[in-house]
Amino acid sequence: MVHEPRSSNTPVPPRGEGLLRSLVAEQYRAGFISAARIQALTAERGLTRAHIEGVIDFYSFLHLEDVGRFRILFSDNIIERMQGNRALAEHLCRRLGSPLGEVRADGRVSIDYTSCIGMSDQGPSLLVNGHAIPSLDVETLDRIASRVEANTPLTEWPQEWFEIPLNIRKKGLLLANEHGDGDAVNALLSSSPTAILAKLEGAGLRGRGGAGFATAAKWRLCRDAPVTQPNQRVVICNADEGEPGTFKDRVLLQGYAERLFDGMTLCAGVIGADRGIVYLRGEYRYLLAPLQASLERRRRAGLLGRRIGGRAGFDFEIEIELGAGAYICGEESSLIESLEGKRGNPRNRPPFPVTRGYLGRPTVINNVATFIAAAMIAAREEGWFRGEGTEQSSGSKLLSIAGDCDHPGVYEYPFGTPIDQILEACGARQTQAVQIAGAAGHLLPPAQFDRTIAFEDVATGGSFMIFNESRDLLEVVRNFADFFAHESCGFCTPCRVGTTLIQQNLTKIGDGRGSRWDLETLRRIGALMRNTSQCGLGATAPSAMFDLLDHFEVVDKRLHSDEFEPAFDLDAALQEARQATGRDDPGAHL
Amino acid sequence: MLKHFTLDGKRIPFAEGQTIMDAAMAAGEYIPHLCHNPEFAPHGSCRVCTVKLNGRRVAACTAPALDGAEVENDTDELRDERRTLLQLLFIEGNHICPACDKSGNCQLQALAYYCGMTAPEFTHRYPLRPLDASHPDFVIDFNRCILCELCVRASRDADGKSVFAIHGRGIQAHLAIDSPSGKLGDSKLHKEDRAASVCPVGAILPKHTGYAVPIGERLYDRKPISVAGDVSDHRKDSS
Ligand SMILES: Cc1cc2nc3c(=O)[nH]c(=O)nc-3n(C[C@H](O)[C@H](O)[C@H](O)COP(=O)(O)O)c2cc1C
Ligand code: SF4
Ligand code: SF4
Repeated sequence: MVHEPRSSNTPVPPRGEGLLRSLVAEQYRAGFISAARIQALTAERGLTRAHIEGVIDFYSFLHLEDVGRFRILFSDNIIERMQGNRALAEHLCRRLGSPLGEVRADGRVSIDYTSCIGMSDQGPSLLVNGHAIPSLDVETLDRIASRVEANTPLTEWPQEWFEIPLNIRKKGLLLANEHGDGDAVNALLSSSPTAILAKLEGAGLRGRGGAGFATAAKWRLCRDAPVTQPNQRVVICNADEGEPGTFKDRVLLQGYAERLFDGMTLCAGVIGADRGIVYLRGEYRYLLAPLQASLERRRRAGLLGRRIGGRAGFDFEIEIELGAGAYICGEESSLIESLEGKRGNPRNRPPFPVTRGYLGRPTVINNVATFIAAAMIAAREEGWFRGEGTEQSSGSKLLSIAGDCDHPGVYEYPFGTPIDQILEACGARQTQAVQIAGAAGHLLPPAQFDRTIAFEDVATGGSFMIFNESRDLLEVVRNFADFFAHESCGFCTPCRVGTTLIQQNLTKIGDGRGSRWDLETLRRIGALMRNTSQCGLGATAPSAMFDLLDHFEVVDKRLHSDEFEPAFDLDAALQEARQATGRDDPGAHL
Repeated sequence: MLKHFTLDGKRIPFAEGQTIMDAAMAAGEYIPHLCHNPEFAPHGSCRVCTVKLNGRRVAACTAPALDGAEVENDTDELRDERRTLLQLLFIEGNHICPACDKSGNCQLQALAYYCGMTAPEFTHRYPLRPLDASHPDFVIDFNRCILCELCVRASRDADGKSVFAIHGRGIQAHLAIDSPSGKLGDSKLHKEDRAASVCPVGAILPKHTGYAVPIGERLYDRKPISVAGDVSDHRKDSS
């Protein structure tokens, strides 16, 4: 065990807990967070105004100025761009006379883009005041525009617009099997925490959020971490699903929330926790009410609250906290910072959350799918989970499949399934490339389609985006670069500045002004980010760009020259002078 | 029993709870750094102190020392990465050394020399950032801020005031001041505050003392940063 150095992490602000919740509530109540409200919060919480404004500034969905009665955000991941979201957004802007990125003069509406909202299997999509409308077309937008003009409250809009089909195309080990509401809790009550840990270990369950850490080992480390009062540990479900192109956690939260809560309660009983938190991304705000109703049912059934299953001392509550539009808050230590009322910067480790997490308490953080798998493993025979998958990646994987294929949606496959088999099943043709594991993942060429989905081969949190031969892969990678430049938290030098430099260089190449020198710069910055970034965001941000340079020829074909090219177009820069002097003869051009 | 690791082959003793940086500093060995100052809790944001710990890159200021570990520090590879990091800091803000009173006493400039940076290699961003001269004793020039958060930590942890905070995200991240007007003159910053003299670059400068020591005779004009150490260790004779 490594002894911890002096803590390098920002201290927990005195009354930071719940700050984000107050800010989110105020944002949706008033459309912004006023100076007066901030003033009141400084007094209530003993925080400085600069601190609170720094928190507001960090989240895309919190604003210091009014964003209008209707806040409309078009999801802008690459898949939805391919589905035509830009033309639709421009159409709505015209219809409403509301320029993109601005609040209309009468304060009624503002329209903008936002990072992926987890709807790429049924895009183009948008959020209006935090509620998603999928499968957009011009007619729907025209009808939306009429409601906005008529100032009709959202509750009176046709409710079928907001219906989001689960779109599960293939059920496997988890989704095809039944699970009773309290099966995992009952399994714990009739066995013991150590027996459950042994079962999870035997099943070889690894985290479904991306990194693939062994779940039993994580729970055991947390269980063994000292606390000053009994059950002072914390169970957190990471439902921040921000990786572009991913939506399987949304589907699980919509259709399988009971299993998630059963899994979290199981974890609480195993590690000795009395507090559970679901960190739900702000983009899924519309799931809050159904999830809360489900928690309420569990309380009434004795599956949550005091004396769970009648056992003295087994007390556990689950709250749901909403994020506010920050991809980095899916990183587990940023998520904790966010919950503690700070900017979501990743922490220095050690200490790890299992020993010192939320409010300094030992904390288990797992992905939605991890808790569900744990619940189902606990309730079943030994060997059930291992019956599928590979030696190092047991069980199944839920994939969010989107892009150029006939049947986008959620597919559950055993680990070890080859990519070409998946492409065939979803009806993908003339596939040029597949981006696996979201913007942070890898862009694979057809020569690698015989590889398999597995921790030891192509690892993924679940995003699977398909691009056929008509697509411009440089545009794809530029979209990812825009995403990272927008979502970098800004804490560390390589990512804060590097993401922007990569974005600029790719734009230059895309505009036909790139040179070989720019490629060298891209590689140099990319390598620096990989090597020296504080967290996974910066370290993985250049991955797709490297794949594009290494496995595809599109960039080479787009280079303007082999020599250095300046960052700006000299001839274009003279345009102003030409206009001023009324000249356009050859001598006035370079 | 005392534990050891090796730093570029040299044996460095350390006590439980020390970071690689703590132990190296105690042994008089130099690991380049900007956001670290041993008076304050380590931060790990500039990444300039990145070393290889048994082959894996870590920030020396936040990584616990490990018994028997091999640490690489002064290698061509790491120096090259550090130079690139410094390049990024230079193009992110507006650093015009000949016009800056911190020239010669600035850790960013001194480190750039130390790491062999001769000219900018990336496209400058030239952000528009205002200067705040509202305080009677200090000028704050945001163009030169490298977001090391030393003033943030000093004001919060040493002065108990939290005069400084970070606003914005990503490349928009910037230093902000806690005061009703957002101006330094309106804040609780006092001449004697630790936060007032902790800046490693020329972002927070005292008024009325300009060019007290001529250029050419300043701290890093006389000795390289690897020998002279941090500018805040020389508070009296530096300006
Ligand atoms: C930038 C970044 C974003 C992340 N986003 C998510 C996320 O949205 N959901 C998630 O479960 N894990 C995410 N992770 C991984 C978490 O840090 C953490 O490893 C995971 O929640 C652990 O759960 P697991 O062991 O069940 O996979 C992210 C990591 C990084 C570096
Ligand atoms: S790598 Fe990027 S997201 Fe991660 S800490 Fe650094 S700036 Fe923040
Ligand atoms: S003003 Fe100086 S001390 Fe403060 S963050 Fe900027 S560079 Fe660091």
